[in-house]
Amino acid sequence: MFLDIFQYDFIVRGLIAGLIVGVIAPLIGVFLVLRRYSLIADTLSHVSLAGIALGLIFGWNPALSALGATLVASLGLEKLRASKRLYNESALALYLSGSLALAVVLLSLAHGFNSQLFGYLFGSLVTVTAYDIYVMAVLSIAVIATLLIFFKEIVFITFDEEAAQVAGLPVRLVNTVFMVLAALTISLSIPIIGVMLVAALLVIPAVTALQLKKSLRATIAYAEVFSLLSVLIGLLLAFYFNLATGGTIVLVMIAIFSVVFLFRPRA
Amino acid sequence: MPKVDHHKNIIEVQGLSFAYGKHEVLRDINLVVHQGDYLGLVGPNGAGKTTLLKIMLGLLRPDRGSIKLFGVELADFQDQHRISYVPQKAGAADANFPATVYEVVAMGRYGRRGVGRGLNEADQAIIEKSLRQVNMWEQRETLIGDLSGGQEQRVFVARALAGEPEVIFLDEPTTGIDPQSREEFYKLLRELNQNLNLTLVLVSHDVERITKEVMHIACLDRHLVCHNSPEEFLRDSESLNVFGEKVKVITHHHD
Repeated sequence: MFLDIFQYDFIVRGLIAGLIVGVIAPLIGVFLVLRRYSLIADTLSHVSLAGIALGLIFGWNPALSALGATLVASLGLEKLRASKRLYNESALALYLSGSLALAVVLLSLAHGFNSQLFGYLFGSLVTVTAYDIYVMAVLSIAVIATLLIFFKEIVFITFDEEAAQVAGLPVRLVNTVFMVLAALTISLSIPIIGVMLVAALLVIPAVTALQLKKSLRATIAYAEVFSLLSVLIGLLLAFYFNLATGGTIVLVMIAIFSVVFLFRPRA
Repeated sequence: MPKVDHHKNIIEVQGLSFAYGKHEVLRDINLVVHQGDYLGLVGPNGAGKTTLLKIMLGLLRPDRGSIKLFGVELADFQDQHRISYVPQKAGAADANFPATVYEVVAMGRYGRRGVGRGLNEADQAIIEKSLRQVNMWEQRETLIGDLSGGQEQRVFVARALAGEPEVIFLDEPTTGIDPQSREEFYKLLRELNQNLNLTLVLVSHDVERITKEVMHIACLDRHLVCHNSPEEFLRDSESLNVFGEKVKVITHHHD
């Protein structure tokens, strides 16, 4: 009975897509959390909603227009952050509310996208096509490869940006690359988990792993385990009980967080 | 160990001025630091000590004047591995950052390796040597957030050493650490300066204590009030006036 799930192609595709985003989201999420930049996931997901709205109106592929919008916004955000003319949170609030306002206005101009829009807002298994999986796999490999190339630089800059700059690391370049990776990860995750909950996918497994007080590599490994477990259990529960995919995954993540938090090692 | 040339200029600051907006923080600073020197940069709060340090490190750009490191204008300076930085304790390490002592010290090698290149055995050996120099090798697997303030600062010195620099800049490294750890920390700096011939630039508000440690004192109060030996500094009433009541006690103590 348990294996019934694999009879449906769309479920198998959904599972593969879920596991792909389950792998890359915590890789970025751990660094976002450590940089006190968790809100960027929320911000970029709202930007992607504006991108989706543009795609729906102009007949472009919404996933691609979302990707384009988040990439442009991530570069703009990094430029604002580097200029130090605004507090980080202020820059994020500007982008978040601005893009949400744009999305709402655009969607009010056009009618009849309700069902499609619901899928992007809250995530859906049925919308994942074989082509989507191919694109997701290629982009995820690109994200992981880039992260590996810049890994030690991202670690140093996250820990102590000024010391990294004094040591001669290409801080501007690495920060820009990191923001682009965050934008890519968020765009890739939206079809599965939806705009409203994508930040949770990046942030909660990372926050959960941090409770264990391990080394950086071990923290990333634990975040991966928590993320993949949540995606897998969440997708199965969503299938068998006919629940919303994104919400179920996030509730599983929060359940895991609660257990880990209660039994975390104390100093 | 390379011979130290105490006449060789390592840092040359000429006519340097800096303002945050309209608020002038540094005015017409001229200062030379020689190889093997141990310079204490002192001054009251808001005197511009940390600002001057950050300009020397290339983290801030001066409005006027020039800085040369090893004879090269700062804007053209490429040999970042020749300098290292130990930041202020407060805010330097996130207590929840999941990095072990070893992982933090390894960061000191990253600038040397370049993007896309992992650390090799030679790097590992230098990391171990740096940790042993500050007596923190045994704690290499401990998380940075679980260390005491004094131990944490030793780890940051090890990270600086791992880059095999010729100069280390330290920004108020003893702030907030207990007196015994502070004494051990000064002993460590003394050893680095005397045994490894490292040039040290130490920003400190702990005027009384560092007059017993450093070779030269540069006293800053937006402009350079004095730059001489600790003995001359303590005899110079203009320098001491910068600190007000606090240093009158110090001079009394030294007398």
